[in-house]
Amino acid sequence: MIDVLYFAWVRERIGLPKERVETDADTVAGLVEELRAREERYAAAFADISALRVAVDQDLSDFDAPLAGVREVAFFPPMTGG
Amino acid sequence: MSVRVQEAAFDFGAEANAFAARCRGAGAVVTFSGITRDLGRDALDRMVIEHYPGMTERALERIEAEARARWNLADALIIHRFGAMAPGDMIMMVATAARHRAEAFAAAEFLMDFLKSRAPFWKKEVTATGGESWVESRDADEAALKRW
Repeated sequence: MIDVLYFAWVRERIGLPKERVETDADTVAGLVEELRAREERYAAAFADISALRVAVDQDLSDFDAPLAGVREVAFFPPMTGG
Repeated sequence: MSVRVQEAAFDFGAEANAFAARCRGAGAVVTFSGITRDLGRDALDRMVIEHYPGMTERALERIEAEARARWNLADALIIHRFGAMAPGDMIMMVATAARHRAEAFAAAEFLMDFLKSRAPFWKKEVTATGGESWVESRDADEAALKRW
């Protein structure tokens, strides 16, 4: 089980900030495929992953990153701090 | 060296003075502050800043450590707010102190460039008529990282 977090419009589109996910995926991209297949709101949020960024265990990462041993994955749009 | 992520407003003058007092040997202190701007056409009611608790502090501490590795800084400070902000409210500030101004200016610009697109904050604008839109990242912000 891993914690999956959503921020900004990804959170709004999916309709929740965080959930526990049971996954068989080996990589972040595999997890995205599983989430997309769930429901339309997930498919909409993950329609264009080039518009998304991912953090694995609170470090910026990429969609090829392995999930073995990972506790937390977060999906969000490009950051706009400052 | 410190990083603060907070919802509460901060007093820029008091922070800048306290920072300068802490590093009296430095000779050069640079400060920058980011302020919520108004939108021309459709008046901004508020800006709402979301962040990723835990990762935000880690990312800012890493950016600050990287600045310290590149320049000989006497001290550095990053304060960044989250939550709702009115036009004119101060969103964030950075301060850097070094022996000479070139290092202090460069380090402050470096901190700003990296925290704009590498620290997990997202801004949403809410207009007086209730319209909401997430601020989009700009290609120029990403390009700015390449100069370092």
